[in-house]
Amino acid sequence: MAKHETPLLDQLESGPWPSFVSDLKQEAEARAKNEKGIDYQIPVDVCDDLLGVLELSFKHGRTHWKHGGIVGVFGYGGGVIGRYCDQPQMFPGVAHFHTMRVNQPAGKFYTTEYLKQLCDLWDLRGSGLTNMHGSTGDIILLGTTTPQLEEIFFELTHNMNQDLGGSGSNLRTPSDCVGQARCEWSCYDTQALCHDLTVEYQDELHRPAFPYKFKFKFDGCPNCCVASIARADISFIGTWRDDIKIDQEAVAAYVGGEVPPNGGAHSGRDWGPFDIQKEVIGLCPTECMWLEGGKLMIDDRECTRCMHCISVMPRALRIGDDRGCSILVGAKAPILDGAQMGSLLVPFIKVEEPYDEIKEVIESIWDYWMEEGKNRERLGELMKRQGFQRLLEMTNIKAAPQHVQEPRHNPYIFWKEEEVEGGFGRDVDEFRKHHQR
Amino acid sequence: MAFISSGYNPDKPMENRITDIGPRKYDEFYPPVIKNNKGKWLYHEILEPGVLVHVSETGDEVYTVRVGGARLMSVTHIREICEIADKHCDGYLRFTTRNNIEFMVDSKEKVEPLKQDLTSRKFDGGSFKFPVGGTGAGVTNIVHTQGWIHCHTPATDASGPVKATMDVLFDDFQDMRLPAQLRVSLACCLNMCGAVHCSDIAILGYHRKPPMLDHEYLDKMCEIPLAIASCPTAAIKPSKVELADGTKVNSVSVNEPRCMFCGNCYTMCPAMPLADDVGDGIVIMAGGKVSNRITAPKFSKVVVAFLPNNAPLWPETTDCIKKIVEAYAEGARKYERVGEWAERIGWERFFEKCELEFTHHLIDDFRDPAYYTWRQTTQFKF
Repeated sequence: MAKHETPLLDQLESGPWPSFVSDLKQEAEARAKNEKGIDYQIPVDVCDDLLGVLELSFKHGRTHWKHGGIVGVFGYGGGVIGRYCDQPQMFPGVAHFHTMRVNQPAGKFYTTEYLKQLCDLWDLRGSGLTNMHGSTGDIILLGTTTPQLEEIFFELTHNMNQDLGGSGSNLRTPSDCVGQARCEWSCYDTQALCHDLTVEYQDELHRPAFPYKFKFKFDGCPNCCVASIARADISFIGTWRDDIKIDQEAVAAYVGGEVPPNGGAHSGRDWGPFDIQKEVIGLCPTECMWLEGGKLMIDDRECTRCMHCISVMPRALRIGDDRGCSILVGAKAPILDGAQMGSLLVPFIKVEEPYDEIKEVIESIWDYWMEEGKNRERLGELMKRQGFQRLLEMTNIKAAPQHVQEPRHNPYIFWKEEEVEGGFGRDVDEFRKHHQR
Repeated sequence: MAFISSGYNPDKPMENRITDIGPRKYDEFYPPVIKNNKGKWLYHEILEPGVLVHVSETGDEVYTVRVGGARLMSVTHIREICEIADKHCDGYLRFTTRNNIEFMVDSKEKVEPLKQDLTSRKFDGGSFKFPVGGTGAGVTNIVHTQGWIHCHTPATDASGPVKATMDVLFDDFQDMRLPAQLRVSLACCLNMCGAVHCSDIAILGYHRKPPMLDHEYLDKMCEIPLAIASCPTAAIKPSKVELADGTKVNSVSVNEPRCMFCGNCYTMCPAMPLADDVGDGIVIMAGGKVSNRITAPKFSKVVVAFLPNNAPLWPETTDCIKKIVEAYAEGARKYERVGEWAERIGWERFFEKCELEFTHHLIDDFRDPAYYTWRQTTQFKF
């Protein structure tokens, strides 16, 4: 028998898509039954009360959660989000319902052994509810009480060799795409770079010292499966400098209809026979491809590596061998000054251990942002406020046409004194000898 | 309930403390077929909706069965996922950025039993536990935020509208009939933890009423200068207020016409709540993407200024999304994303095809970038 009636939520149990309501109810029931005889360290009816408070929100059209208080684990300034219910008398099971962010492994591969260990911990010391995963990438353990925080952290670090993720004004937990682990398009090892930088910058991740949040994301190719270009203060997007590799026999197989185009992604509709002219050559944004005697030719110098031809004919076309990544900076969601896409800062950099050159770029950006950024100002907003030139200056990167979509529309150039012959200091009396007042 | 110690000693927090160890190393969790073929993959193919094969230069193959699911997940559910992975996948699995689960096997014969096992499992309420799909030119899982389940600033729920929307789009989760992939995302307020601003279709919670001022408590609960500084439109000023009992308190005043309802003040000051049952609702945005394929990444554009929070099924929202998806399926060319289609036919035509009303709310008036969105040509369609 459910603790609270939930007639509104119950309507979200039918329909084909997995129902979170059914899952919450199954967890509430499992806790009530407690077949394993667990000595639950937080209220046994936490899931019942979560259903109850959510039903109330569905009725009121408003949330019933208050701001987080300052809770956390000793020595860290992030990784725990305090959360309190604004109706604790009605729903005592979720009166305190703090979140812990657990730093996910790069690539989000798991063994069941690890996941079961995490489940056991969260059964005992938390609500039994998680997000797999939060938007930034962490494993989210949803709902526990203050006295459990240190205990959970102790168990994570001692028994699972596992640390918390970031929250607040610090480096947020970096995340990456599946990368070379299972993708032929990945131009560098996203997992290796993501993991290395996460470990290198543990202090920045756990101890807030930044003006605001800061995100790294790692995409193996310009298809950007983790959306780094839209949401990371620094996005590392794989690319290459040499030629796309062509297997002409496989091209012929696509043309002959022996292999489905686009990796079979369009099989749900009859789009007619594959037309290489229309679907590949005609859609190339730089028009750098053509057919010559049945062979596909590419003027690679003109290619901007958009991935379309490679995506349509994965068996025939492969990324080049001189690989690395482009670094784009300043992407963010709209709060506060409007959304920003990442802007290209480093057109190409090799991704090779120990990644010193990449770390140099990161640290020069941080030095600049920590010096000049205002409270709650993202890197992208600082760049807008002070200009792209300032960023180039601070990172010691030379301006190049690749940095802009097009040159400036106005001639209002802020010439620096040292750029103008003779400087700015002049003698007005000398001037007046030739020009009367 | 008896308190069970983990071994942590609160009197000596630094004793045996382990910190700054970071995440577990990724390669501990690679299934053998991944470990052996990392960096050697030649090509892939989607064999049917939700089933992929990747072929390595070593001749090895990995078959992936992708299933959708709610990102809000109980340990009971995770244990069931583990049971499946133990049975079919030697105890390995992975999650995707869009909250899908991927079960990987190393030979084709193992695919069918795995798929059958996954699709046979249902929750008591009748929904699938592990629907197979989310690949290619179709709809995949919705990335989303916390909403009313766990957040203090949302203007809508997250899990509820996502479930309602995915029920309506379910056929396209299991099919690949669309001109290209279609990414739907939800953020329950414009903080956009979900970064929905570059999605083919974005569902965004939005407040429409300025903050209420809890004068009696404001100075006690908040740092007034921080609340003032938090406002991006400088609509908040310090003020002295006389309470009903005659006491004078320090508080703030809000220039209401300047408020764009971002809720940033509420984040800094809990005595300025915005949430409202009729004021809050959903903005629909469309035409964004993050991929660099063919055209550059694009922001999503606001195409519907407001839809009500009609819980539990959000029918106005799901109807609107369904209309956009059907118009796109009908009108776009192969490989064209929603935004590319809208730009080719013109946004005036987009509104006509999707049967959406254009209102003044959809014309940008926020700072400099607004100008670049007005029409500076005589070229338009009637």
